[in-house]
Amino acid sequence: MSQKVLDALRAKFGDAVVATESQHGDEVALVKRDKLVAIATWLRDDPAMAFEVPVFVTCIDLLDWRPVKAPGQPSSTRPAWDNVDGKAPRFEVCWQLRSFSRRHRLRLKVALVENDLKVASLTPLWSGFDWQERETFDMYGVEFQGHPDLRRIYLYDEFVGHPLRKDYPKEKRQPLVRRSDLVGDH
Amino acid sequence: MLELVTTKLEDVANWGRKFSLFSYPFVTACCGMEFMSVAAPKYDIARFGAEFPRFSPRQSDLLMIVGTITEKQGPALKRVYDQMAEPKWVIAFGVCASTGGFYQNYHAMPGADQVIPVDVYIPGCPPRPEQVLDALILLQERVARRDGHSQLRLKREKIVLEQARAREDD
Ligand code: SF4
Repeated sequence: MSQKVLDALRAKFGDAVVATESQHGDEVALVKRDKLVAIATWLRDDPAMAFEVPVFVTCIDLLDWRPVKAPGQPSSTRPAWDNVDGKAPRFEVCWQLRSFSRRHRLRLKVALVENDLKVASLTPLWSGFDWQERETFDMYGVEFQGHPDLRRIYLYDEFVGHPLRKDYPKEKRQPLVRRSDLVGDH
Repeated sequence: MLELVTTKLEDVANWGRKFSLFSYPFVTACCGMEFMSVAAPKYDIARFGAEFPRFSPRQSDLLMIVGTITEKQGPALKRVYDQMAEPKWVIAFGVCASTGGFYQNYHAMPGADQVIPVDVYIPGCPPRPEQVLDALILLQERVARRDGHSQLRLKREKIVLEQARAREDD
């Protein structure tokens, strides 16, 4: 569909585009963290790209993730996807962009290792990403640098941890209030 | 003799209460659809005298917890409950309000009774309107029998007070 976006991206930024993928008409580009803002700015401002619509931001926790071999395909490992400076990434942050005028879309991804969860915020470029970056911070603890107001958005300030991480215990609760007359409880 | 009169008086009051429950619908989720259905003419909760939702907890004596309660909502729910005048009754409407339902995770409270006492639990996701009416009839019986949680609490407090007074008199 918009393979030409990926081609243009590669032609312009070369090595900063670590890997690309096209699946079911969705184009995905994994880019280097320090080139994210330059790439995103170009995607927004270049008249041939014109990505004016921010669709969503989210994060993928790759803890225990194993590539699944699709039937009939030689291999579905994604080597370029699997390391950031030699380390296996724990999270992928992705921004979905869309262009109404050019009728194409693109998902930008940045891979992060566990103890360095910092990435540039794209809110200064598309203000529509504001609350969703806060949500991603709330749920996964990704720190969006340059975000104007990076606070929790859904959970209360007393909450400790980030519940959508795969290693957050499923049944762990952090109550704000409990009855005082419950026997043997709190 | 005096005791007989006050008991009879209270029975009359409870007879009145049970047919004029003023509900405060604490509607948080999809169960609200079923609440609308019981309140609307087809199932018509008005037949049981509980048709009049008040939008201030201070004017109501039946708290209907309709839907999922999150941990973040806990303090608000407790505050609403505390603002209601005694005697008051609480119905947990749907499995979410009763036990947390299928939510077993970080955000959902495992039942509203973690925060406030509940008189009647209605299972179902969402419950059928008939179940809600059944629960209301159950609650009416409890009101008349004087064993709603706040009625029991008042009774307990009265006994404690009387015992304290008796000790002082000795
Ligand atoms: S019990 Fe079911 S219908 Fe009711 S609030 Fe929970 S999920 Fe929704």
